[in-house]
Amino acid sequence: MTVVIRYFANLRELRGTSQESREISPGSTAASLYRDLGLPLELPVAFAVNQERVAGATLLSDGDEVVFLPPLGGG
Amino acid sequence: MLRFGADAIDVAAVEAAVTSSTQGAILVFSGVARDHNLGKGVSGLHYEAYEPMALAELGKIAAEVAERWPDTKLAIVHRLGAVAIGEASVVIAVGSPHRAAAYEASRYAIDELKARVPVWKRESYADGTAWIANRS
Repeated sequence: MTVVIRYFANLRELRGTSQESREISPGSTAASLYRDLGLPLELPVAFAVNQERVAGATLLSDGDEVVFLPPLGGG
Repeated sequence: MLRFGADAIDVAAVEAAVTSSTQGAILVFSGVARDHNLGKGVSGLHYEAYEPMALAELGKIAAEVAERWPDTKLAIVHRLGAVAIGEASVVIAVGSPHRAAAYEASRYAIDELKARVPVWKRESYADGTAWIANRS
């Protein structure tokens, strides 16, 4: 299974890219993917899959677009 | 009118988008880049968005406003990219038959935007930059 991950703000700078594809194993969740990528656990991220906000425990499917949302700063 | 754009916001156009002969109150809120935050001098702002989701979220907020304050009209324009000190980063206009609903809907829209819409802000200082989260 492959998912596309898009990065924004400090996560984009940290990762050095705004988008990547990643092979995941069945049973992977949004939160487990975040951990597996070695992204900072102290950052209170929220999760979006296919542009919908989801819980970290949400199972990922082939072709999903995953975004980790760092704390928002709009307005 | 719900959109993101890189150019300076045309406030009159946002206002015009909610103006009609049925509206007795037009309220325009501008969020403006200020030159200090948390005790530090700020020299400029930069915004980025997860744009498709951000637009969808603005649409949800507009639908909620339409449901809670039925006869209002709402317009929101938010900047992306560089925003200079003194420029508006966001403009929200509400048209309403009466003022009470306009004030309530405007406050609801900006509060929900800050809490829900996937937009991020980087401040520039004399000595560097930082991504700044909204306070809840």
